Amino acid sequence: MVAFIGKRLFQSLFVLFGLSLLIFFIARVMPGDPARAALGFLATEEQVERLREEMHLNDPFPVQYYYWLRDLMHGDLGRSSYTRRPVTMDLVQYIPATFELILFATLISAIIGQVTGVLAGYFRNSWFDGLSRLVSYLGIATPSFVVAIFLLFVFSQVLKLAPGVGRLPIMMTPPARVTGFMTVDSLLAGRPDIALTALKHMILPAISLAVIHIAQEGRITRTSIVENMQKDYITVHRVHGIRTSRLVFKYLLKPSIIPTVTVMGLDFAFLMSNAFLVEMVYMWPGFSRYAVTAMLNKDLNAIVAVVLVIGLTFAMVNLLVDIITMFLDPTIRLRTGGS
Amino acid sequence: MREQLREDLLASLRQKRRGFTKGWYKFSRNPLSVIGLVVLVSIVLAAILAPYITPYPEHAKPYTNFQDSGKPPSLTHFFGTDRVGRDIFSRVIFGYRFSLTIGIVVLSLGVAPGVILGLIAGYHQGTWIDTVIMRITDIFLAVPPLVLALAITAMLTPNLMNQMMAIALVWWPWYSRLVFALASSLRSEYFVREAELTGASKLHIMFREILPNCLAPVMTKMTLDMGIVILLGATLSFIGLGVQPPKPGLGTMVAEGAKRLPGEWWGTIFPALAIVVVILAFNLVGDGLRDVFAVEEV
Repeated sequence: MVAFIGKRLFQSLFVLFGLSLLIFFIARVMPGDPARAALGFLATEEQVERLREEMHLNDPFPVQYYYWLRDLMHGDLGRSSYTRRPVTMDLVQYIPATFELILFATLISAIIGQVTGVLAGYFRNSWFDGLSRLVSYLGIATPSFVVAIFLLFVFSQVLKLAPGVGRLPIMMTPPARVTGFMTVDSLLAGRPDIALTALKHMILPAISLAVIHIAQEGRITRTSIVENMQKDYITVHRVHGIRTSRLVFKYLLKPSIIPTVTVMGLDFAFLMSNAFLVEMVYMWPGFSRYAVTAMLNKDLNAIVAVVLVIGLTFAMVNLLVDIITMFLDPTIRLRTGGS
Repeated sequence: MREQLREDLLASLRQKRRGFTKGWYKFSRNPLSVIGLVVLVSIVLAAILAPYITPYPEHAKPYTNFQDSGKPPSLTHFFGTDRVGRDIFSRVIFGYRFSLTIGIVVLSLGVAPGVILGLIAGYHQGTWIDTVIMRITDIFLAVPPLVLALAITAMLTPNLMNQMMAIALVWWPWYSRLVFALASSLRSEYFVREAELTGASKLHIMFREILPNCLAPVMTKMTLDMGIVILLGATLSFIGLGVQPPKPGLGTMVAEGAKRLPGEWWGTIFPALAIVVVILAFNLVGDGLRDVFAVEEV
């Protein structure tokens, strides 16, 4: 088992190394002068030349990559040409807001997805099953920015049931920053009222992110339930008079957890990319909005950092999913870890 | 001799037609797929004939008429008008031209390299060729396609051409992975072994023996992917890294319209619905094709 995790870790490292090479290559071979871009049009030719020297832009490509990788190992990702601060500092500031949102969205999609999946599977071919199928078709075909705009328009602007954009109302002072998670920080500061407001602000963006995953996880759970309901062991349990609720939760839901966990790992990556759009619509001051701003302003250091952070998160989440699956599924555990 | 040839040809034609009729029968058993197909054909026709059938074709070009600014949907403007008085219905139909172009160009650029690389890797499974190709594929799959496509377009100049190149660059690995899986399992089938024994060349085995058996899943995936690629294209335009205004990209129109919510809701809702409808249509047709081929395979 340790060998398996070690092998996966090595694979992830290799992929991340390749990714850094790829993205660095694209960033450097593109036309345009990063030094000029960083200093702006008012800088003199000498200033630009000095920065070029500092950024090792006059060196051949492999040397440039070596310097860049060396700095990366020291946690230095360069300076953002847009915010004019070190990229690492920007990332530390913006990442928690996005993670808070994504975790909330994951929670929502896991709960609602499981519940709808179980109901649709148990009452197969009922009106509820049909409805959930329709919603999942629509969920897959609708871009998340359309969902985000639609929810904002209906629930915030027309019905006025939910608060508008941002993490908190402008008039409210955010609590002292400890974790960067607005809800956690407010609770730490002893202000449950702010935590509640922050939670309300998260509902619409989190649902916008979760919709497609609710659809997918619901379908997977349904398939698994339908498949297992026809198996003999369920009939045996029924004959023995086991309660329906126990049957569903203990014997039907359990086998469906493994495919759901696998999908959730993949979903996490898609949540990160869909967050680009949802954060744009809801003016969420997070990592993804920082990424979009960097991209629209050709902020090379920031773009490279953003791609690497997402690659790293993706790799870690996948590793985690593999380990969890191994614990959940005895057949996989025996195949990989037993020998 | 000649007669015999003619007979054979006719027989094979008849068989082909029978296969097609059978396929169509399976496809048409699912009413949703047929609806999807009808919608899809209408969209494609409308996009091709856009300059002739739209009420205001000149509104797809730089055009302003502030007297008609922000009019709600009516009989003269089905979907209303936007900020500068352009007819949104006409612009949506023209927007489909961009969407379909993105889908077609991206898939024609991305699928062939992906399929060929997957085929080579799958046939040489277990050798260094497989390792090199599939590890490179892994690198491209290490971040979600949207993020990589955005990063690449951002470093280039945002426009339709670069947007399509960026999406194609992140799209081929999915095909190499699919074909790799298919080819590596087909490799040990008897017909491949026999071809090897009779001394057929590697090229012949890969392209004439293995490839034809991979085509059905690849084609199904292409149909389903058309929807996803169009979605990705609209997303890039929405962020501002795709089709640039005043050109009528569907994503661009949604982004422009969103600034005028909640008052002038039609500027956002109709282009957004247009995106959903075309993606849904591709998905429905793709599902139908999957039914047709899946049954054929068993």
